[in-house]
Amino acid sequence: MKRRTALVIGVASIVGTVACHKNQPPVVRPTPTATTTAATPSRPPAPPPPVPEPTIVPPEPVRDDAIASASLDDLNKNSPLKPVFFEYDSDELSQTAQQTLNDNAALLKKYATWTVTIEGHCDERGTAEYNLALGERRAVNARAYLMSLGIAADRLRTVSYGKEFPFDPGRSEESFSKNRRAHFVITAK
Amino acid sequence: MMKHIFTASLVMGVLAVWSHAAPQQPPQPPPQPPTSPQTEIVTKISGEGSAAPRLVVLDFIALAADAETGAIAKTIGQVLWDDLNFEREFAFIPRDVYATVPRASSFNDIPFDRWRELNADGLVIGTVQKAAGGVRVEMRLYNVRTGQLAYGPRQYDSANARLIAHTISDELHDSQRGLKGVARTKITFDSDRAGERMAGTVENRGVKDIFIADYDGENPRQITSNKTLNIAPRWSPDGRSIAYTSYRRGGANVFISNIFQGTLVEVTQGPKVGENWLPAWSPDGSRVAFTSTRDGNPEIYVANRDGSNIHRLTNHPGIDISPTWSPSGTQIAFTSDRTGSPQIWIVGADGLGLQRKTSESYCDKPTWSSPPYNEIAYASRTGPGFDIKVLDLATGQTRQLTFGEGSNESPAFAPNGRHVVFTSTRAGKTHVFTMARDGKNVRQLTKAGNNEKPDWSK
Repeated sequence: MKRRTALVIGVASIVGTVACHKNQPPVVRPTPTATTTAATPSRPPAPPPPVPEPTIVPPEPVRDDAIASASLDDLNKNSPLKPVFFEYDSDELSQTAQQTLNDNAALLKKYATWTVTIEGHCDERGTAEYNLALGERRAVNARAYLMSLGIAADRLRTVSYGKEFPFDPGRSEESFSKNRRAHFVITAK
Repeated sequence: MMKHIFTASLVMGVLAVWSHAAPQQPPQPPPQPPTSPQTEIVTKISGEGSAAPRLVVLDFIALAADAETGAIAKTIGQVLWDDLNFEREFAFIPRDVYATVPRASSFNDIPFDRWRELNADGLVIGTVQKAAGGVRVEMRLYNVRTGQLAYGPRQYDSANARLIAHTISDELHDSQRGLKGVARTKITFDSDRAGERMAGTVENRGVKDIFIADYDGENPRQITSNKTLNIAPRWSPDGRSIAYTSYRRGGANVFISNIFQGTLVEVTQGPKVGENWLPAWSPDGSRVAFTSTRDGNPEIYVANRDGSNIHRLTNHPGIDISPTWSPSGTQIAFTSDRTGSPQIWIVGADGLGLQRKTSESYCDKPTWSSPPYNEIAYASRTGPGFDIKVLDLATGQTRQLTFGEGSNESPAFAPNGRHVVFTSTRAGKTHVFTMARDGKNVRQLTKAGNNEKPDWSK
């Protein structure tokens, strides 16, 4: 880009130089305005410089983060809605889980148009079949808690993936604890 | 596959048996269709006392010298050996002994005296030649002690050499042992082996599709392809449809793929919100039992296979899941955690007669064997993982089939009740295995990807 600008300036200065040479005799020049007007009589006067548009102030408070403008894919890649983790073979919401859900509820109130799918997941230590129901329990409990905080039911869908989609494929307790989760996916904004 | 029974005099030359013209008429009408005149012999070979007959299964004789016919002949002999070995109804003369006995080049030069010295009771041999659309195989079972034909001759026309071997195996088990063999049955399972990824997800998740394969894992074929989760397939009793759980509409729903018609039916369509998992066919194929949260809690429901007449079978705030039907269709076994941990329960198909059947740490995925056995196999937590156990409903006794070789889950009985297909992590990833109902004779069926939730065709 820079190189191109330099080139344009270079060409302009050459043109200017040529023009200067052409106008070499220091005679009185005809009034340029009259000549120009005669040559192009139909040209309207140059418009005034545009007035800058007034900034539209949104009815909501100005968003000082990138969340409002991000695409759904980008939002979900680095989701502001945090996952909720569960104890082994449990669908109960711990104090930590409830705090996370409180934060998620605050975000869902701030972005009141968002709809969310809550995915229930399990670690591999349960059976594939029973885990479908356990994952559902986890998602449903997270949903019920958000509803108790005033989030509308029709904004919150649930789905259980059992142990089909481990977040961490490892087989240590550290991996398992990451896989026992309710995961939030924003589906519309 | 076409199967012909034809006339063949035992003393005629091998080439003569290919002539369908001018067959020798049997002295009396055979119990076969009139288009298949035959002098087929069906007698049983027995072992000494109550011992299993000792069998020789020779490589089949290629009637042409080309490599292809030779390879097919070898394949049939080996697959037949594996098929017969699978049911453990015969004892086998070890294959390394075969080299010490002169090879037969036709049905007329079998060295019965040598096989008699090796205490063989029966000898299976066949010929292979190319035919329009595949190969033509003739098979005979001889009584080694008498040198007489005991079963056959039987003729098979097919392009599928393995299927010919499977058919011969099923016929030999039926005629010699009165047993319904499983060599022509199939396995279905879900797998991520296709390596496709789910579109539009945050975690770059792999999809799962439904696959089918022969009972020995050969001829795998992919049934679904819709870039989402398709899991837990179950064969319809007639082997023409597969019911499974699919997330193709977002949530989990029950679908039936009619795999030979290429049509798809959604059993759980309708306005009811909720998840629908794990369909199981009634023995007559007219209904499916499944788990649904349509009324707010995971309960067992039964519907007609077209989705009509959905009604609820269980009613408890606990989780009820993993239904399976009794062979008579009068009862359903399922998993319930209503007393705390998941255990196996039985309820009548009318919703009455609820009984708890296990009191262990954690049990799931019951599968009900067919007669003459009356057993329920299931996955039971025995440590960090699961093992397969079998509950004999008549005696109440439980026996364990696997012992901590990886984690072992999702058992399903073979149609004759003599084998169990299941998944195990013993070989690294999750793979499908079969084993006999006593836990012996373990075979690995899958090699690629993760393969789960198998079912055995009827």
